[in-house]
Amino acid sequence: MTDTLNETMGAIGRPIRRKEDARLVTGNTNWTDNIQLPGTLHMAFLRSSIAHAKITRIDTSAAKAAEGVVHVYTGADFPGQPGSTCVWPVTDDIVMSHYPVICEDEVKYVGDVVAVVIATEKYLATDALDLIDVDYEVLPAIVDMEAALAEGSPLVHSDKGTNRCYTAPVPFGGSYADVKAKADVVVSRRFINQRLIPTTMEPRAVVAAPMGMADEITLWTATQVPHVLRVLLALLTGIPENNLRVVAPDVGGGFGGKLQIYREEVLAVLLARKLGRPIKWTETRSESILTMHHGRDQIQDIEIAATSHGQILGMSVNLLADMGAYLQIITPGTPLLGMFMYSGIYKMEALDFTCTGVYTNKTPTDAYRGAGRPEATFAVERIVDELAAELGMDPMELRMKNWIKHEEFPYTTVEGLTYDTGNYEAATARALELFGMDELRAEQAVRRATGDPVQLGIGISTFTEMCGLAPSRTLGALKYVAGGWEHCTIRALPTGKIELVTGTSPHGQGHATAWSQIASDIIGVPVEDIEVIYGDTGRSPYGMDTYGSRSLAVGGQAIKVAGERLVEKARMIAAHQLEVSPEDIEFNAGTYSVKGDPEKATTIQAIAFAAFQAHNLPDGVEPTLSGEATVDPMDFSYPHGTHLAAMEVDTETGKVTLRKYVAVDDCGVQVNPMIVEGQVHGGLAQGIGQAMYEGAEYDSNGNLLTASMGDYLIPSAADLPSFITDRTVTPSTTHPLGTKGIGEAGAIASTPAIVNGVVDAIRHLGVNNVLMPTSPQNVYRALKAANNGGAA
Amino acid sequence: MIPSAFDYVKATTVDEAVAALVAAGEDAKVLGGGQSLLPVLRLRLNNPSTIVDISTVAEIRTITDEGTSLLIGAGVTTDEVANNPLVKAHAPLLSMTAETVADRAIRHRGTFGGSCAHADPAGDLPTAAAALDCEFVIAGPGGRRTVSAADFFVDFFTTAVGADEVLVAVRVPKMDGYGAHYEKFNRTAQAWAIVGVAAAVKVEGGVITDARVALTNMGPKPIRATSVEAALKGQPATADAIKAAASSAADGTKPTSDVHADAEFRSHLARVLTGRAVATAAGV
Amino acid sequence: MTHISATVDGTHRQGEVEPRLLLVHWLRENLGLVGTPIGCDTSNCGACTVLVNGKSVKSCNVLAVQVDGAEITTIQGLASEDEWHPVQKAFKECHGLQCGFCTPGMIMASVDLLSENPNPTEEEIRDGLHGNLCRCTGYHNIVKAVSHAAAEMSGS
Repeated sequence: MTDTLNETMGAIGRPIRRKEDARLVTGNTNWTDNIQLPGTLHMAFLRSSIAHAKITRIDTSAAKAAEGVVHVYTGADFPGQPGSTCVWPVTDDIVMSHYPVICEDEVKYVGDVVAVVIATEKYLATDALDLIDVDYEVLPAIVDMEAALAEGSPLVHSDKGTNRCYTAPVPFGGSYADVKAKADVVVSRRFINQRLIPTTMEPRAVVAAPMGMADEITLWTATQVPHVLRVLLALLTGIPENNLRVVAPDVGGGFGGKLQIYREEVLAVLLARKLGRPIKWTETRSESILTMHHGRDQIQDIEIAATSHGQILGMSVNLLADMGAYLQIITPGTPLLGMFMYSGIYKMEALDFTCTGVYTNKTPTDAYRGAGRPEATFAVERIVDELAAELGMDPMELRMKNWIKHEEFPYTTVEGLTYDTGNYEAATARALELFGMDELRAEQAVRRATGDPVQLGIGISTFTEMCGLAPSRTLGALKYVAGGWEHCTIRALPTGKIELVTGTSPHGQGHATAWSQIASDIIGVPVEDIEVIYGDTGRSPYGMDTYGSRSLAVGGQAIKVAGERLVEKARMIAAHQLEVSPEDIEFNAGTYSVKGDPEKATTIQAIAFAAFQAHNLPDGVEPTLSGEATVDPMDFSYPHGTHLAAMEVDTETGKVTLRKYVAVDDCGVQVNPMIVEGQVHGGLAQGIGQAMYEGAEYDSNGNLLTASMGDYLIPSAADLPSFITDRTVTPSTTHPLGTKGIGEAGAIASTPAIVNGVVDAIRHLGVNNVLMPTSPQNVYRALKAANNGGAA
Repeated sequence: MIPSAFDYVKATTVDEAVAALVAAGEDAKVLGGGQSLLPVLRLRLNNPSTIVDISTVAEIRTITDEGTSLLIGAGVTTDEVANNPLVKAHAPLLSMTAETVADRAIRHRGTFGGSCAHADPAGDLPTAAAALDCEFVIAGPGGRRTVSAADFFVDFFTTAVGADEVLVAVRVPKMDGYGAHYEKFNRTAQAWAIVGVAAAVKVEGGVITDARVALTNMGPKPIRATSVEAALKGQPATADAIKAAASSAADGTKPTSDVHADAEFRSHLARVLTGRAVATAAGV
Repeated sequence: MTHISATVDGTHRQGEVEPRLLLVHWLRENLGLVGTPIGCDTSNCGACTVLVNGKSVKSCNVLAVQVDGAEITTIQGLASEDEWHPVQKAFKECHGLQCGFCTPGMIMASVDLLSENPNPTEEEIRDGLHGNLCRCTGYHNIVKAVSHAAAEMSGS
C-alpha cells in the first residue's frame, strides 16, 4: 500500500495516509469525556431495573443530604418535558409516544430514567444513586411483538389503546397475488433479524456549559449529528436556537447509535442553563448497552414466487418491527429505509410490502449501520438461496439469471427506484476469481461424502444498497420532517491556506483527509494546506451531518460546487490582474495562466492575498476569496458488490468458523482507496458480528440478558480472519464525482453471505435455516430439529 | 464503574492480612491481582467495607519445587503459571489452562490463587486444580490448614476459605508422564467458557492407565467426571474407546441455562468436548 | 486517603487518593492524562490498557493504590521527544485506526505483545490482541500494522 506519488495524478484516487491519525496515535485527543471545566457538576442517573411499572413513591431525601450532592431531580421537576422526539411520522395514523426527559409516573423499559443526581464529583454522584428509594407497582411487561398485537394484550402506552404503532402497506409493481397464481414454485420463510446493540467503542458523553456570549449554552456531545441536534434541542427545550452551540469533538464511532437526540443531552442543556454551571455526564458501558438505542429487531415473513426455470416473478414481504418503548428520532422510519431494497438486484414483476411497527417494553430501536437495508438485503439474499435449493439450481446461477444485466442500466426496479449504473457481472467474476469456488465446492463434496464432523458451506451475497440520503423532495414525500442537502464553504485565507467547512460530521471516517483530497484537485492547493472544519455549529453552521453513507455521496458534491465557485471568483481576479478577459484564463493545478502565454500566470494563493488586500479587484468583485454551496442530491447512488464466504460448521458442537471471506465492492470512484478498504473491513466485521456473534436477548420480564460486554459479544481480532477485498469501478452517473458510498456496504452484504454459508454447510442434513447469531446453541438446535424430522 | 467506598489495608505479610481480616469482620474482601474482584466492585455487585490488599505480600508470590509437588503461591500471576518452566514441565495441564484465561493484560495481574478463591463456576483454573487434585493451603487466626480440591470448592463463588482466612498457596502434585489438555469452548476468544474440560491422561503401552477429567461450568463448582475416569482406565487409547467413555461425561452434573447455552446443550457439549480433551491428552 | 507515588510517562507523580480510585481515573481525572480512554466497565474492551512495570494492564481493573511505586507508561509517554514509537507509526501507515478510541489501548497491547514475541504470526497477533476490542477496523489493518511494526523493529 505504498503511497506512490504520481505527478500526473490528482489527489483523488490516492491512498493518502490520514491527517487525523497524528493526534489519535499519540493520545492527544478531544473526546467529550476529556473536557474538564472548572466548577463542573456531574450528573448520574437512577435507571429503572424493571421493564414496566408505576412509580408509586420516590424518596430522595437521603440522597439530597449526601456529601457533594447539589440537587436530585425527578420527573415532577420537569412535567411534560420531552427527552427525545421522532421526526419521521411515517403514516397519517401513526401512534406517537411521549418520551419524558425523566419518567413522571411510569417506567417503560429497563434503563428508563427515574431520577437524576447532580453532585460536585462523579464518585459522589454515583454514591448518591444508592440512597434514592423508589417504590414500584410492577405492570406486565410486553416483550414479544406478536403477543403485543394480540387482542387483550397489556399496553406499553395505556392511553393509546394499542401497541400497534403503525402499519405501512405498500404494493409495488403489479399484483403479487397474480404473479403467485402463475408461479410454479413458491417459497416462504420466517427470518428473525435480531436486535443489535451498536457498541461504539466510545460511550456517549455530554458536557453542557454556559459559555461565550450571554445566554449561550455550549453542548459538547459524542454525536454524529450536531446540526440536527441543535435544531431539535431548540424545539424541545424552548431555548432559542441562536443561544445553542453544539460541538461534536472527537467522536469514537457512531454506527447510527449516535444519530439521535438523547434525554441526557436535553437534560444537560436544561440544567446547565438552570444552574449556570457546566454539567457533565459520561455513560458507563452498562448504561450504554441499556440506553443507547438498539438496532434491527424485525420478524420478516418473506415469500418468493418463481417459475420452474428459476425466473423470479415476485415477492411478498411482511415485517413486524420492534419500536421498543418509545419513538426516537427515526425509530418508525428505520425499517422503511429498507422498503425499496427488498428486490435487491433482481428483476421481478410485483413486490408486496407491509411493515407494522410495534411498541414493547424494551430499549427504543433506531438506525444502526445500514438501517433497514441490511434487513432487506438479508431477507432477499436468504430467500434467493432457499429458492435455489427448492429448484435444485446453483445459487449463483439463479442470481445471474435474475439480476439486472449491466447493459440494462439505468434500470427502474419494481419498487420504482432507478439504479443509474451497475455491473454485477464484473464484480461477481472478480469475486469468484479471488475465492477459488471450484476448489471449495470440491472440498465440500468430499466432506459431505465422508461424513466429516466439520462440514463446509459456501455463502453468497450479491447485493446493492441505496446511499446518499437524500433528495429533499423524496424525503418530504416519505413524511420525513427535514431535507437531505449538504453544505460546504471553502475559504482561501490571506496566507494561501485553505479552510474547508463541511456540514458532515465524521466520527472515524477520515473526512479531514478525503475532503482535502477532493478540494485539492478542484482548487489546486496541496492536501496538507487544507484544514477541514466540522462538527461544531459555531464554526460550521450549516449541515445535515453524517449517517446513511451520505457524507461523500452528498457532502462530496457540495465540496465540488463550493470549490468550483471559489475557482471562478479567483478567475475573475486573475483575469483582472493579468489584464485579459476571464475567458482567456486557463486554470490548472492552482495556477491561472493566460491562454497561449503560459509565462503570464498567477497562483490561487497569490489571488487569495490579493482578495484580502482588495487593492486591485475588478469592479463588482467583493474582497475575500471563498466559495460556498448547499447541494441537494439529484438521486440516490447504488453501490453494489459480490461477497463470498466459506464457512465451516462443526456438526458435533455447532461451532461456526469463518474460513475465508471475499468482498468485491463497487462504490464507483474512490477518493481514497485506503479509507474505502477500511470502511469495507469495518462493515464486514459488524455484519459478520450480527451473523455469528451478536444479539440482544430479553427474558419474558423484559430484562436485558446481554447487559454487559461479557454477554453481548462483539468479535475480537481472534474471532475474524483477514479479508480478501477488491473493487470494481462503475462510476455513478447521478453524482458529479462518480462516487457512491461505502460506509454501510460491508455490514449490509456480509450478514446473508455468512448465514447462507452456514445453511449451505448443513443443508444436506435437513437444515434450511439457522437463527442469528449462528451460535453453537442455534446451530445445534437447527441440527437437532432436522434430525427429529423437521427443519428448524 | 465506580466502587463503593471502603477501608483499605495493605498487608505486607500473611499474618498481617489475617489480622486485618479478623479486625474487619465478616464484610471484608481480600484483594490479590484484583482481576476478578475489581469488576465486581465496579458494578457494585459486592460492596465490602474493608479491602485487605495482599498483592505485594512477597511470600505468596513464589513457586517452590517440593519434590513430588509444586507449591504455587496464591499471588503468582496467571501469566507466570502459563510460562513458568517448572509448571510447564510438571503440571502442563495447569500452564495450558492458564494460557486460555481471559487475555494477556488480565493474565499479567490475575493470580492462580485469586481465580480459585473467587470460584467462578465458569473459571478455567479451578477446573485444572480439581483435575490435578491440588491441595489448598489456607492461613487463618488459628494457623494454617490444608484442604483438598474436593473440599475447597463448595458452591457458586464459595470456597472453604473462611471470612478471616487467606488462601496462601496451592500444592500441585507433579503429573510426570501424563498427557494433558484443556478444551475450552467459548463463543468469542475473550468470552467465558460455556463448557471446559481439563484432562490429564497416562497412557502406557497403548492402554490408558490413569485419567483425570474435570469440567468447567457444568455445575456450581468444578466437577470431576468420575464415571469417565473409571470408564477410561484399562481401555485402549483409541478414538472409539475414548468416545464411548466420554458419553457419561454429563452424568451427575448440574449445568445451568443461560443466554449462550441451555443445560441440555451444555450436557451435550460436555460429552463431545470430554472426548476431544481426553483424545488430545492421550495423543490420539 | 492514601498517599501514592509513581513514575508516569517518565515523570514522578504523587498524590493522596481514595482507596477506591481506579488507576484509569487517577490518570485521567487527577493527572490530566486523558489520552487513555475508558470503553467499558467489565474489563472486556482494553481501551484503557497501559504498561505497568513494562507489562500491559487494563487500568480500569486496578486500584490507584496498587500502583504505588510502579512505573507506568501510557499512550502519551510512548513516543520519544521527537519520534513516534514504531507501533504508532505502523498504525498510521497501515490505516490501523478509524475513530481512534480503541487505539491507545490497542497500541499499548501491541507494544506489550511485541516485547514478548518480536516476530508474531498473524494468528499470534490476533490471539495476543483479543483482549482489546475495536468496532471500526474489523482488525484487518490492525493486524497488518502490528506485523509492519514487528518488521520495522527487527530491522527487516
